[in-house]
Amino acid sequence: MSKRVGLEASFAAAEAARMADVDVIAAYPITPQTHIPERLAEMVADGELNAAYIPVESEHSALSACLGAAAVGARTFTATAGQGLELMHEVVYIASSMRYPIVMTVCNRALSAPLSVWGDHSDAMAVRDTGWIQVFCQNNQEAFDMTLWAFRVGEDSRVLLPVMVHFDGFHLSHVTEPVILPEQKEVDRFLPRFQYPFALDPDKPMTHGAFGPPEIYSEAKIAQEVAFRKSKDVIIQEFKEFGDIFGRYYHLVESYRTEGAKMLLLTMGSFSETAKIAIDTKKNKGESIGLISLRLWRPFPFEELRQAVKNAETLIVFDRCISFGGPGGPVSSEIRSALYNEKERPKVVSFIGGLGGRDMAVKDFEYVIDRGREIAEKGSKELFEIVGVRGKVTGIRG
Amino acid sequence: MTRRRLKTGSDFTWRDMEVGNIVTEAGSAALRRTGDWRSQRPIMDKEKCNKCGLCWLCCPDAAIKLLEDGYYEIDPFYCKGCGICATVCAKEAITMIEEEEK
Repeated sequence: MSKRVGLEASFAAAEAARMADVDVIAAYPITPQTHIPERLAEMVADGELNAAYIPVESEHSALSACLGAAAVGARTFTATAGQGLELMHEVVYIASSMRYPIVMTVCNRALSAPLSVWGDHSDAMAVRDTGWIQVFCQNNQEAFDMTLWAFRVGEDSRVLLPVMVHFDGFHLSHVTEPVILPEQKEVDRFLPRFQYPFALDPDKPMTHGAFGPPEIYSEAKIAQEVAFRKSKDVIIQEFKEFGDIFGRYYHLVESYRTEGAKMLLLTMGSFSETAKIAIDTKKNKGESIGLISLRLWRPFPFEELRQAVKNAETLIVFDRCISFGGPGGPVSSEIRSALYNEKERPKVVSFIGGLGGRDMAVKDFEYVIDRGREIAEKGSKELFEIVGVRGKVTGIRG
Repeated sequence: MTRRRLKTGSDFTWRDMEVGNIVTEAGSAALRRTGDWRSQRPIMDKEKCNKCGLCWLCCPDAAIKLLEDGYYEIDPFYCKGCGICATVCAKEAITMIEEEEK
């Protein structure tokens, strides 16, 4: 029988990796690392998990070691956050371009300077163009579910792509919540053994990571892009499969009380749950508002997003990252692009908040809704507004 | 020596690309002419050669072959013209000449 236990999201993700029976874990154990590799190291040492645990000297090496493991067909896992993901950056591109289905959890954190290890989405946004499937979690149950699901999707022979599972640093990674852990036999039913068709084998030599001169590079990249976009079908299919086995159904774009709403708020990650309370409060006061939470960030769910917001007049987009000198937060600029060619589209209002661990309480989301409505009606000279910043901000103009 | 014609990059459309651009055929690099950017080439004087094999040992690209009679031959298909063989040859049996010289 499945059991309900109190776990922080880091331990939940570690449990998912254990139940997925990973073969190789390579991770760097020092800050900004989380408890995920720490817990997995314990599991390996205690004999609860039969895996090769490789403690490496940097995050760059962590993912490099994962490449080697994946190349021989091992089920491979790593975890990082914030600066660690930045140090890994070069190898992040290589993993997706070589089509290794590595699963990596990223407990989202701010990027220095000023030195910060607190929660923020800057790390995730800095790797949005690297060709990894990226999903965001709202709570600890999802941290478990998405980590397990990530292996199934990434390793599918139609996909063969790495998957990044994002959950918010500290707000989820270090906070204990009830998590339902399934039985091993259910996990085994959902997740078959990884059969990598191109595993390196001395009896069947082949070349991974060959040279790509100018006459072939474009072909290689478009093949990767087409495969990446196609993975969306499998992502949808495996969300359904996951729901059929475990009873929790997920969607690329989640909607909360959006029926007939003229105004929508869009968030990602754990703040979506806080925002839901603000939506409830506003709904109780008779306001026409609903919440959209973006679960899949890459490949971007264009159709699903358009469908979810098509009846709204105003769409308030909340980012946890600044794109310096750009048109707004990365999520809001993406959403504007997704809607630009639509004949009818909601007015998009951009907010940024929750940077570097700054809390966003229910009242802050109520402010975002009120102020968002005001900007939609009267306009604003600024491209976006930062929630809760001290001192009047001017000069953010395009 | 006859070599199979090697497919070049231009023979592939994006649909022909293997997952992760993996090259599933082993040893296909042997078919690729890598000696075409040489500006100097080594000339071997068999009269001076004492078959010591230093050139064969030192060639960084395995472009020197051992022949049945114990002498060595330089394969211009791979030779990059680095000149290491000429430098290490104790008998000064190898000299580098400009590629355009006949």
